[in-house]
Amino acid sequence: MKYTEEHEWLRTEGDLVVVGITEHAATQLGDVVFVELPDTGTEVAAGDEAVVIESVKAASDILAPVAGEIVEVNAALADNPGLVNEDPTGAAWFFKMKVADPSVIDGFMDEAAYKAMID
Amino acid sequence: MADLKRTVLHDLHLELGARMVPFAGYEMPVQYPMGVLKEHLHTRAAAGLFDVSHMGQVILRPLSGRLQDAAAAFETLMPVDVLGVKPGRQRYGLLTAPDGGILDDLMFANRGDHLFVVVNAACKDDDIAHLRAHLTGACAVEEITDRALIALQGPTAEAVLEALAPGAAAMRFMDVATLTWEGTEIWVSRSGYTGEDGFEISVPQDRAEAFARALLAQEPVVPVGLGARDSLRLEAGLCLYGHDIDRGTSPVEGALGWAIQKARRAGGAREGGFPGAARILTELAEGPARLRVGLLPEGRAPMREGVELFAAPEGGAAIGRVTSGGFGPSLGAPVAMGYLPAELCRKDTIVYGDVRGRRLPVRVTDMPFRPATYKR
Repeated sequence: MKYTEEHEWLRTEGDLVVVGITEHAATQLGDVVFVELPDTGTEVAAGDEAVVIESVKAASDILAPVAGEIVEVNAALADNPGLVNEDPTGAAWFFKMKVADPSVIDGFMDEAAYKAMID
Repeated sequence: MADLKRTVLHDLHLELGARMVPFAGYEMPVQYPMGVLKEHLHTRAAAGLFDVSHMGQVILRPLSGRLQDAAAAFETLMPVDVLGVKPGRQRYGLLTAPDGGILDDLMFANRGDHLFVVVNAACKDDDIAHLRAHLTGACAVEEITDRALIALQGPTAEAVLEALAPGAAAMRFMDVATLTWEGTEIWVSRSGYTGEDGFEISVPQDRAEAFARALLAQEPVVPVGLGARDSLRLEAGLCLYGHDIDRGTSPVEGALGWAIQKARRAGGAREGGFPGAARILTELAEGPARLRVGLLPEGRAPMREGVELFAAPEGGAAIGRVTSGGFGPSLGAPVAMGYLPAELCRKDTIVYGDVRGRRLPVRVTDMPFRPATYKR
């Protein structure tokens, strides 16, 4: 698993990149009550707003960490936004992207580097 | 947070793991490790303890020694029947401006030989200056700075407080009493700002932490921060000053006409005689041009403060604005309140809130969103 400075995690699944937010981010956000997912088929550039998540406190944007096409979104989050707090790095993935080269994620932080950043 | 004031319970908040935030010039707990959602639900199911020591506590003591002189003087600042409040009773009040806007909302109680007033933290310095400027001939205006204020809210609050301070259970909603806890005099009101039964308790500062610990030692009680306090009062349809009501809104626009008793209305025994009476009495008679209403977004997306409201899904200028909104944990759905033109305030009218550039339907509804459970 790799990590962005915006507290997202990325992992590859075959030739797809799966994106979610870290436990640290979920804790900071507080109880998540709403997740607005992108439409599948959407082409995004790195840094584009891909997901809006609202906690009891505020709305936050989740940015696409890399360029690609959104090919699958986690519909379970629409009905059960609290999954983001319960299992942020597992069941609460946000979307899967088709990217030109999945190895693009190698340029992001590893777990040790991410931990060092949040400490 | 160096410039912020702290309440006497500050160290206890840190010990309990609170996340502290700036609020009204104070460093206050926004949540504890339990989190906003669970703190909210726990308050509705059992009991929550809130530090509200940042709020202003003020005593109005009549110079003549006759309480009715203080009450009559206070009536010159509020469109509220103060004289009609019996000893041992509390009432909601509003300080109004000459143009009919609201300077603050407050609670006041008749405590026999004085009036005890609790005002919002953000307004307290201005309020006290205002009271002193206008009441000095009739009352001594004493700011109480040596007492903390603790709210205990929820269905088990009664049993919890009764165990510590006998007499609490015999009180009714909006009663006030002086009770004794371990030899310490506590000033108790059976009220709060969550829509739940509960109490607000004024405690000497040097006993406040011990008192809070004694409450928290009882199994149903958990500490609750400002986050859940806000969602609880929102579900209860209660106004947050500076958001839902302010200098630019009148009591009638704010749907607070219920707080203006008959005695102060047209034809009443003491009609008018408060700042803004001309506008407020006219609005009571003819209806205001706009009104604060409850709003239930039809989807799951919360509509927060500042969301602009439109009459149609496309086109047209904004017709109103959300003044408070978020997720209502007890409703499991987003809830909001805001202002709409009077003709669009009928229950079940659909208007549209602009959320991130999209107009989402929202239904006008009555408040509270959830029935209050006060022990009347």
